[in-house]
Amino acid sequence: MDMPLPDASVLARRDRILAQLAAVLPGDALISDPTETRAYECDALTAYRCPPMAAVLPRTTAEVAAVLRICHAERVPVVPRGSGTSLAGGALPTADCVILGIARMNGVIETDYADRFIHVQTGRTNLSVTGAVEHEGFCYAPDPSSQLACAIAGNIGMNSGGAHCLKYGVTTNNLLGVRIVTMTGDVLTIGGPWSDAPGLDLLGVICGSEGQLGVVTEAWLRILPKPEGARPVLMGFASNEVAGACVSDIIKGGLLPVAIEFMDRPCIQATEAFAKAGYPDCEALLIVEVEGSPTEIDDQLARIKAIAERHTPVAYRESRSEDESKRIWLGRKSAFGAMGQMGDYICLDGTIPVSELPFVLRRIGELADDYGLRVANVFHAGDGNMHPLILFNANRAGDLEKAEAMGADILRLCVDVGGCLTGEHGVGVEKRDLMHAQFKRDDMEAQLRVKDVFDPAWLLNPAKVFPLDVTAGRRAG
Amino acid sequence: MRPMTEADLADILRAADAPLVIRGGGTRGIGRAMGEVLETGGLAGVRIYEPGALTLVAGAGTSVAEVEALLAAEGQRLPFEVPDRRGLLGRGGDSTLGGVVAANASGPRRVQAGACRDSLIGVRFVDGAGVVVKNGGRVMKNVTGLDLSKLMAGSHGTLGVLTEVSFKLLPIPEQAVTLRLAGLSDAQAVEAMAAALGSPFEVTGAAHGPGQGTFLRLEGFEKSVRYRVGQVSRHLARFGAVEEVADVWPDVRDVTPFHERAGDVWRLSLRPSTAADVVARAGAEAVLYDWGGGLVWLLTAPGLDLRARLGAIDGHATLIRSDSALPTFAPESPGVAALTKGLRAKFDPKGILNPGLMG
Repeated sequence: MDMPLPDASVLARRDRILAQLAAVLPGDALISDPTETRAYECDALTAYRCPPMAAVLPRTTAEVAAVLRICHAERVPVVPRGSGTSLAGGALPTADCVILGIARMNGVIETDYADRFIHVQTGRTNLSVTGAVEHEGFCYAPDPSSQLACAIAGNIGMNSGGAHCLKYGVTTNNLLGVRIVTMTGDVLTIGGPWSDAPGLDLLGVICGSEGQLGVVTEAWLRILPKPEGARPVLMGFASNEVAGACVSDIIKGGLLPVAIEFMDRPCIQATEAFAKAGYPDCEALLIVEVEGSPTEIDDQLARIKAIAERHTPVAYRESRSEDESKRIWLGRKSAFGAMGQMGDYICLDGTIPVSELPFVLRRIGELADDYGLRVANVFHAGDGNMHPLILFNANRAGDLEKAEAMGADILRLCVDVGGCLTGEHGVGVEKRDLMHAQFKRDDMEAQLRVKDVFDPAWLLNPAKVFPLDVTAGRRAG
Repeated sequence: MRPMTEADLADILRAADAPLVIRGGGTRGIGRAMGEVLETGGLAGVRIYEPGALTLVAGAGTSVAEVEALLAAEGQRLPFEVPDRRGLLGRGGDSTLGGVVAANASGPRRVQAGACRDSLIGVRFVDGAGVVVKNGGRVMKNVTGLDLSKLMAGSHGTLGVLTEVSFKLLPIPEQAVTLRLAGLSDAQAVEAMAAALGSPFEVTGAAHGPGQGTFLRLEGFEKSVRYRVGQVSRHLARFGAVEEVADVWPDVRDVTPFHERAGDVWRLSLRPSTAADVVARAGAEAVLYDWGGGLVWLLTAPGLDLRARLGAIDGHATLIRSDSALPTFAPESPGVAALTKGLRAKFDPKGILNPGLMG
């Protein structure tokens, strides 16, 4: 993975740029000491690191605007950062950039239960948004697995999903409005606590734009009444094909579970060794969760059981209590930790049409054999969002490159069967060079034109999302 | 002009040098676009329908009625309850999927299932220079690149001509029940709807017609709906007795009470809790609240400048039907207007796609 060379003229002006930033920020909001900027050298894609020229941690939208005005005038690239949990390298710095961290802007501005929204500063963590409203029986629906740490700013940047989005949608379906600062330092309000924009749906294109279009400092988020209850059922099957057919039949049966999670044998074995959740010894396992009152849950689970039985499950375990629910989720929730204990891994998140599931899993198995690498699959089966985990040894020369090559093959496979490169993690730098597999030149060009309008100088997160060869003529430097 | 393929459409747009009015079925277009009519009805046909994956891909010219019948045969539907605007606008014709997307047309179920744009998972379109663009796809979860599908939804044909659209679908529930509260003032009705929508009982419709009553809808498996009818009735006891009534939702969706009535029709997007106050100041001849007050339909005297009359509101007003010269869409703030102007210049460099419609 290549990053552009730092702009020598920016580095030469470092002191002047820092002095200007210092003049508009409180003393503790500018970090430029090389030992301290190291803290911002990477996000959760830790294979790639580069300390930024400086990091700023503003507390107000006005400070964000002042920083961006300076960086625009000085032609300094800016990399926005929420909590730094991106798995795709969305917040990876370059040596000539300023990291604009939003973490200190974490307040709640307004909560309105009658109109069902919360207005927050976007440095607030995902889980603490729900934390601010749950005493009134409400929640914020998108629940990425990093929700304890990840910021709303990053959720908006990546259009984050989560385990429950089959029913509640992803960030873009739960976002009502934003306050956004453009690269020129203009503060715009788009949307608000009502439906639809009077003109074009700019909110829709800002959400998921990976920090390419502006820095979102405030957001109006839809909050939903929490369901009365939820309970999962765990079922084991003799093959991936049968489990896939069962998912399809549940959906065709008119049920809308909040989550349908799928784990294959390698993943079941790894998590069982790690978390000892008592999962059955089988080829494929589904966890299906439904919501409602106890009666409603019983009714839905009875319907799901009737469907599952047509596929002769080798195991079927319905939760009857909070404790049993926790145990059913335990293995799934420890899957990534379990794999981490076995070695280093790459986590992919391509999406495929659900009907292609058995074929894609078989093909991934063949690729694993070809590459001599181990792969475990855990994913959101209801919406086809896969998470193949490719194990490798970072200390063995060439192993990372081998794992990355295999990952690229899997993502190309996802595109070939009608899916996409990324369902919820974003492109970042990780999948940047694979964009050609999904988009023709004109398809990509249409997206670049949107960035041209919002950020004509191409200073915001400029080396991300789009292949460098495509953006070479546009990027500064 | 009526291209039969995407390639023909691209040829037409590459060669075009005069304004075009983009038309699907001609059932729901608003505003005063002038020019030669370009019809998309030839770009029809269902390409992929996978009931087990809850997804549909179809040509933009495909008839909505045809698609709804196809989905209903599998017990599924478009989640956002497509409004029929023919009665309100006095039109004939057969609505197309592309027209629905271009208008981001969404019915009462939006409060629970989202708008058209929330179910839209992919588009193909031809921009004003004749370039074919694909964005999104046929899978529900996709964050690869910028989301131009959302940008196209509600762009009223001003950024490109849609040729193909993909949707996420939902099952048709076993049962739907409509509840009515009688005798509430507008303010009380909005409060009651907020209480219902803020409950965990998954209300899928919340509408109020002054003098008609306040209506709520519950949908799902029969056992579940029975349970929630009881719970919602108890939850709203302070607003009076709740009775079960016949289905009113097609009338709410299509604003039937305004059909055959003269006057201008306004559609207001509002912060729900402010709706009753806005309506009180509007001096309208007829009113219909949907989305718990988040959407208000007003019938006013012809030519009334409602925006001037109301001043600043938490939301905005769109003029849906009028012979006056008032702008169709509420003005955008200068910063936002500069961005939308920039986008139009990029996607419609010749200024030929419904010029002047959105500003």
